[in-house]
Amino acid sequence: MTEASMPAPSAPRQRVSLTAPDARTQKRKAAEARFRMYGVAGIATGIFFLIVLLVSIVGSGTGAFQQTFLNVSVYLDPAKLDKNGNRDPADIRKVSTFGYTPLIQDALLKQVQDNGIETPLEKRGDMKAMISASAAAQVRDVVIDNPDLIGETVDFRILASSRVDGYLKDRVKREDVARDKNIDAEHLDLVDALIPLGVVKKTFNMDFITGADASESRAEAAGIGVSMIGSFFMMLVVLVLALPIGVAASIYLEEFAPKNRITDLIEVNIANLAAVPSIVFGILGLSVFIQFMHLPQSAPLVGGMVLTLMTLPTIIISTRASLKAVPPSIRDAALGVGASKMQSVFHHVLPLAAPGILTGTIIGLAQALGETAPLLLIGMVGFIASNAPDSIASGLLDPNSAMPAQIYEWAKRADPAYYERAWGGIIILLIFLITMNTIAVILRRRFERRW
Amino acid sequence: MNDMRILERDVDTNTIKIAARGVQVYYGDNHAIKDVDVDIQDKTVTAFIGPSGCGKSTFLRCLNRMNDTIDVCRVEGDIRIDAEDIYDKKVDPVQLRAKVGMVFQKPNPFPKSIYDNVAYGPRIHGLAQSKSDLDDIVESALRRAAIWDEVKDRLTAAGTGLSGGQQQRLCIARAVATEPEVLLMDEPCSALDPIATAQVEELIDELRQSYSVVIVTHSMQQAARVSQKTAFFHLGNLVEYGETGTIFTNPEDPRTESYITGRIG
Amino acid sequence: MPLLWLTIVVLALSAAGFILGRQRALASAGGNSRMLHSLPIYYGSNAFMKSVVPAIGLMLIWLLVQPLVIENRIAEMIPASEVPEGSNIGLLMSEVRRTADGLNNAVVAGVLDEETASNARADFTDMTQRLKDAGQVVTNRITQPVLRAAQAYREMSASSNMLMTIAVLIVALLGTGWGVMQSGRDFRARNVVEQGILAILIAAASVAILTTVGIILSLIFNTVEFFRLYPAVDFFTLLEWAPSFSGRGGASSLGILPLLWGTIYISIVALIVAVPIGLYSAIYLSEYASPRVRGIAKPMLEILAGIPTIVYGLFALLTIGPLLMSVFGDNGVGWMGGGRSVMTAGIAMGIMLIPFVSSLSDDIINAVPQSLRDGSYGLGATRSETIRQVVLPAALPGIVGAILLAASRAIGETMIVVLGAGAAARLSLNPFEAMTTVTAKIVSQLTGDSDFASPEALVAFALGITLFVLTLGLNVFALYIVRKYREQYE
Repeated sequence: MTEASMPAPSAPRQRVSLTAPDARTQKRKAAEARFRMYGVAGIATGIFFLIVLLVSIVGSGTGAFQQTFLNVSVYLDPAKLDKNGNRDPADIRKVSTFGYTPLIQDALLKQVQDNGIETPLEKRGDMKAMISASAAAQVRDVVIDNPDLIGETVDFRILASSRVDGYLKDRVKREDVARDKNIDAEHLDLVDALIPLGVVKKTFNMDFITGADASESRAEAAGIGVSMIGSFFMMLVVLVLALPIGVAASIYLEEFAPKNRITDLIEVNIANLAAVPSIVFGILGLSVFIQFMHLPQSAPLVGGMVLTLMTLPTIIISTRASLKAVPPSIRDAALGVGASKMQSVFHHVLPLAAPGILTGTIIGLAQALGETAPLLLIGMVGFIASNAPDSIASGLLDPNSAMPAQIYEWAKRADPAYYERAWGGIIILLIFLITMNTIAVILRRRFERRW
Repeated sequence: MNDMRILERDVDTNTIKIAARGVQVYYGDNHAIKDVDVDIQDKTVTAFIGPSGCGKSTFLRCLNRMNDTIDVCRVEGDIRIDAEDIYDKKVDPVQLRAKVGMVFQKPNPFPKSIYDNVAYGPRIHGLAQSKSDLDDIVESALRRAAIWDEVKDRLTAAGTGLSGGQQQRLCIARAVATEPEVLLMDEPCSALDPIATAQVEELIDELRQSYSVVIVTHSMQQAARVSQKTAFFHLGNLVEYGETGTIFTNPEDPRTESYITGRIG
Repeated sequence: MPLLWLTIVVLALSAAGFILGRQRALASAGGNSRMLHSLPIYYGSNAFMKSVVPAIGLMLIWLLVQPLVIENRIAEMIPASEVPEGSNIGLLMSEVRRTADGLNNAVVAGVLDEETASNARADFTDMTQRLKDAGQVVTNRITQPVLRAAQAYREMSASSNMLMTIAVLIVALLGTGWGVMQSGRDFRARNVVEQGILAILIAAASVAILTTVGIILSLIFNTVEFFRLYPAVDFFTLLEWAPSFSGRGGASSLGILPLLWGTIYISIVALIVAVPIGLYSAIYLSEYASPRVRGIAKPMLEILAGIPTIVYGLFALLTIGPLLMSVFGDNGVGWMGGGRSVMTAGIAMGIMLIPFVSSLSDDIINAVPQSLRDGSYGLGATRSETIRQVVLPAALPGIVGAILLAASRAIGETMIVVLGAGAAARLSLNPFEAMTTVTAKIVSQLTGDSDFASPEALVAFALGITLFVLTLGLNVFALYIVRKYREQYE
């Protein structure tokens, strides 16, 4: 020891018993407990937000799966529907929905009067506020398909207007009706009277899941089915394009690429593409696919291509991770028995990495399914999800919407009845996402291999 | 300093600092320490030797309850420091560790300045009344760790920028600064080169004057050079414990002899 | 669908090549596949590849280039005097395309016969009427030159399609022949096929590069176009955002600053919500939580990350907005005019970012070596002292990187601000006022009815490039910090 002057040991500390903490230790312990509480509070707040979110989704969205209908017997008056009396389909077609509306209103009025309900609403036109504007089209479609029904009285289950529906779901309150020009308090009295008779009835609404979007004033008729098909075709495009391209790119980068500037550039590029805002991909799609290549606007094919470019980095990153997880000994073993590098990759490494790749792809698809912003720019927005496509080509090329874009469209509309449908759409969207993620988790659990 | 000191070394104190009785340690289902009894004396260097995985580090970590930070670890038995049971429910491990300092296998200076590294312990335990007080504590700790001359001009430089041997001495200074009564060292030289090892060994010998030092080492020569008492662990058992000279020259147990002569380990 | 048929024919040719190549190789080895250099399948694949790749490649390139060439030549045919006041040649060309499509559809539907459709002396009023009768969408703006141009367009497209079919078939045939001829016993088919596969892999990897190039080019071209119509200085310095609705420029003030302010303000609110909650969650999960608690709480937080942004947008608009209104609105404190505000969007975005911040920070805190924690515990420090004075300072660069990544997310987020933040561009400090952001304006400028050539639409690209540069800069910087941080402990 070269140290000449060993410093005198500082005054010996008072020996304190280990079992009797001093004031300072207690203070420190209190600080410790406080800090721990902050952590608990952080987690609790996060989970609280999750619960609030889920509660508002389920609470506000379940209403969309129920709808109020009117059970009425409509007399299909030949004098109105088939003036020539020869049941010629061409002639019947010429009668527009305006011809049917009075018949339905009459039918409802008759129902009211037959049941002896006292109401100041005595005119046919008073019934208008009760009935959905799409009811006439519904009856007309039935008549055109079965011209023989003309002249008979047929039982129909027609959509009630959105206000009546809202009244049954507590969305439309009596105190607000005074300011509402679409419905009066008398109508609500009438609804109250009709409910016990079974004329007004709230039931499960399949049309919401399978149906098409409706115009702004007919919230009660809008469904998410057609845009679901649009989403389906987009996911098909994403799967067909992103999976092979992503896997091929990953194999090249992970197994074959020489370590040089260009490979580095691609790597940095992919890492950054993963973080480019999705709206920028929308701009790319708009200017390259639509303005430059003249692909059709609002087509699921184009939407799928944009989402492919967007999910590609995600898929590449996860695929590379699962390729990396395959130990080099497997490659060496294959090379050792005389396989080429390409054969060792395709025969041995790729099959072993397949579960991981699949998991990553499903997660990428789930991400793409929920994406909205880029779709808005390529025109998959607005009242376009109106008809279900009748073939694969039209499914890919005809204008359509997608589930999240449809939800956005509903959220923008002024009628609060559409909010309920937007939440309902979110429930369906989340069911898809949960299913996909669950499959991914199960795949990972089932096939995860520790080397 | 040479190996001949083994013989001339006298053990001048026989105050028992740490008394362990019937200590069992389990890692999950693995029984890592089996029924160990040992008395560690004050102002003495005690070496724990034995082949890898024999439990010597595990036992060392029981002495300041560092094993508490490992979820699956369970300790049974009775360990007393100054006749106080350290596994008593009322004992705060934080207070215990202030009393029983520890130096680790790999030098682990905090990513802070040299000064802040040494001042860390005194600060959290509130040992300094003023800034100048703290300066004194830091200086004295660095001097005791025999590193003051090398770092006194760059106390604000990062501790991670020092060489391996300097880092380990900095860590010793850091442990010394909290004024512990016992200093535990877990293979403190295994990551160091021979010259740095010699410096740290010299330091350990100096520290014996103020503390009870327990050192785990896999190097028998090191144990012979620095310790007065040696305990030999094998497969979780304490096989033999006694004067270092006796253990190395005249072991009782055949297993100790096999290890000393290089047949196992 | 002739294109489909062409593809099928090419594939059939290639399949034939596959079989022939395989057989020829086997024959050359006297039926003993052990005499061959490669497995027989590689000879077949070689022929298949040589047929399909050039043929399909030619077809794709042709399809991409053909409209460009034809449009250029058609555009030359239209005299400049025909371009109406205030319009441009691009609009007129889309008119021509629409008319040509209308003619095609009419012919397919059998309303027009081929001869009438291509009759050079056809009168445009008569044709317009006929097209309308056939249910084709045409505007009243069809003029004689447009009709001529449309007819020429059809003619050129048809002959070009014909040429393409022939060229593609010839290439496919030649490729098949070449591949089959090569198939001899000494030909190293496997090596050639593997070269081909490698080329495909490289092409796939460069899709990522092409995407970036596509993004940059489309942003730059349109931005340059915008700055030709609107002064760049005004764009970057005006404190007002007020596009005129006429869609003809002139009165519009298109200053980006109010939008940037809204973007940054909302992002700051979001980070104020997300960073403390996310960071404390990460600390708790990585330092305190038992494996059981961690196993439950971590996935629950991650559910928040898996929820699409449209859901957060709706949550902001329909839940947070009304909630804030009831406290800060007219019935409460009176600071808030409507449900949409900086706070509304900021809180929703903050909730969205919680799992992002917490999982990134969790990774980073876990990367701090255990030896540092041991060192601190060994000195008698409590957990919180260890975390605050050792772990967090050591993890600080990484956490800063994580926060920057979160900020970049917040800046680029679209749906939440479109629904929650409002549409009015405003430079104000009141967080309960509605403001708008860069992303929200990109959406509104490009989804309206204004045509793409007007400054009101083109400004979206200038906004887009600003957004791109901003987020890219943040990302590159953050990734750099995080990488440096990781290297330190590796």
